[in-house]
Amino acid sequence: MRLKHYPIDGKFGRFGGRYVPETLIPALEELERAYIDAREDKDFKRELDYYLKHYAGRPTQLYYARNLSNAIGGASIYLKREDLLHGGAHKINNTIGQALLAKRMGKERVIAETGAGQHGVATAMACAALGLKCEIYMGSKDAERQRLNVFRMELLGAKVNKVDSGSQTLKDAINEALRDWITNVKNTYYLLGSVVGPHPYPMMVRDFQSVIGREIRKQCMNMLGGMPDAIVACVGGGSNAMGTFHEFLDSKVDLYGVEAGGHGLASNTHSATLCAGSEGVLHGMLTYLLQDEHGQVMDTHSIAAGLDYPGVGPEHAYLKSIGRVKYVNATDDEAIDAFMSLAKYEGIIPALEPAHALAYTMKIAREYGKDSSIVVTISGRGDKDVEVVQRYLVERSTKR
Amino acid sequence: MSRRENPIDRRFRELVAKGEHALIGYIVAGYPDEHTSIEVARAMIDGGVDILEIGIPFSDPIADGPTIQRASYKALSKGITPRKALEIARSIRGSYDVPLVAMTYFNIVYRQGVDRFIPLAKDNGIDGLIVPDLTYEEADDVIRIAHIHDMDLIFLVAPNTSDERLNRVASVSKGFLYLVSVYGTTGERDIFYEYTLDAIRRTKGLIMGRVPLAVGFGISKKEHARVMINAGADAIVVGSAFINIIEKSNGSRDIMLKGIRELAHELKQATRGLV
Repeated sequence: MRLKHYPIDGKFGRFGGRYVPETLIPALEELERAYIDAREDKDFKRELDYYLKHYAGRPTQLYYARNLSNAIGGASIYLKREDLLHGGAHKINNTIGQALLAKRMGKERVIAETGAGQHGVATAMACAALGLKCEIYMGSKDAERQRLNVFRMELLGAKVNKVDSGSQTLKDAINEALRDWITNVKNTYYLLGSVVGPHPYPMMVRDFQSVIGREIRKQCMNMLGGMPDAIVACVGGGSNAMGTFHEFLDSKVDLYGVEAGGHGLASNTHSATLCAGSEGVLHGMLTYLLQDEHGQVMDTHSIAAGLDYPGVGPEHAYLKSIGRVKYVNATDDEAIDAFMSLAKYEGIIPALEPAHALAYTMKIAREYGKDSSIVVTISGRGDKDVEVVQRYLVERSTKR
Repeated sequence: MSRRENPIDRRFRELVAKGEHALIGYIVAGYPDEHTSIEVARAMIDGGVDILEIGIPFSDPIADGPTIQRASYKALSKGITPRKALEIARSIRGSYDVPLVAMTYFNIVYRQGVDRFIPLAKDNGIDGLIVPDLTYEEADDVIRIAHIHDMDLIFLVAPNTSDERLNRVASVSKGFLYLVSVYGTTGERDIFYEYTLDAIRRTKGLIMGRVPLAVGFGISKKEHARVMINAGADAIVVGSAFINIIEKSNGSRDIMLKGIRELAHELKQATRGLV
């Protein structure tokens, strides 16, 4: 069985599945049928390609980070520049795809969750471009921390609903979006932002994001004359990583998923679900979770809001279980250092999420050695993070 | 193997013999605190509840509306655990002959281990188990282990469940089949639409007597209970309406317990056909 062909019956090994209230089963079945139908339809593909090219700005470049590579003195590091996309992150690959699908299904209303606001903004953009009504659920703590993103979504025509339940962050925003969907199941499309949730979301979001890996493969053929030795991407829910890895699952390329180590795994304030979590069921899927001994889901921490999630996509859980992808982590500190390095050496300010992937890449570049090449996906740009980084640096300098 | 009749089946049989329908009352274990949640259960049973449903709080209850979310969150912040919730069940069962059904989300069961949780629940007096995010496709192991321990695994269906699927779910559901009355989460509602009654009639017709039909979500008044029973419900489930009484009593124990007893009594009268 080729790894590319998963899921089988909605499962990646034992992971994934559909653990949802019965009301959502007909909606998920309808969604799966509609998606498979669209996937086979040339007109749908043509329309998707059109928007990805002319609206989102694909293909994105694969850039040889010469200065950074020389400074480290090891493998050649190549950056997959998803930060150059419209909206500044890979999220638009998925939101355009699903918004087109929602339209095709005749749904009048789109809902989505957002943590820091990246997926919310990308959903609002896609809905504005395609003329769909859009509501975004956002934890009230996140909305407070990311006030500008709330305004951005509103500018783009979305209604932002703040969620006061639970920990008032991303996981609660997903809970509330699921409750909305249960209530308005007939006319509403739930546009999930990562490779998480019940089947078919992990498969569908991965498929929409797998354009990243397909482009990397082609670009590597042109620039390197073959495959890279390793590919690295950050993992929160895991959509940019699944999109990056999927094309290479059945190859021999080393794959690394980098989770958010926060203050370090020993501190218990992190979001490294695959590195430190255990199996459980949340948001409709069987996967790895950060949970206590009783099965209550825990609060997580990362300096990168987009990695701050106590679950992870079930396909990642499967790839971990069979050892195909190595899941590692980088701390807040390491991510900040990588963020600074890329700005200094290449004039590129990455988002803090891919700064984690970059931090790990910089760690292994020397081990791989001069004759090898490593591709790292820069899933978004760092404009949103400059204030956080500034504050972090001030705090760090007073501590030292 | 001959097995004893499960207490839930027996309770339905007794009620049918009396020409009554069942009132199922829901408590959140550990809300407003451990000890008081036992008193709440007693007040419900004194008021006439036939089967008690005990919610074991979970951090992310996606099928629940704001009322039960708040109660679960509060119970968790006061330190309730699945094990303590089962001790509450044991304590209730020690003084009342009322069938107990546990309601919790699948992660709670999965985390303890299905093969550990189910016998532990049974030992503490739980006769049935409702897991709102466990669909029957994912339930093979749970069905098998529940059967071994004579635990009634109770499945849910919804107004948009197809006839074919409803038929399959009805054939695996033990104790009763739980019909979610509305599109939405738990929580009191003032009005119900015709689609709810249509769903009750359709479900009742498809079950063909295999298992009793309980209807829940949003029911708070005797009038609701009446129309649902008239449409074919064998039992009604009431939860948030009781929790709202606890919230509104502002810590006055007597007012709270009296209110709960009275609501249970009123609803029970409706299930006797006396309203």
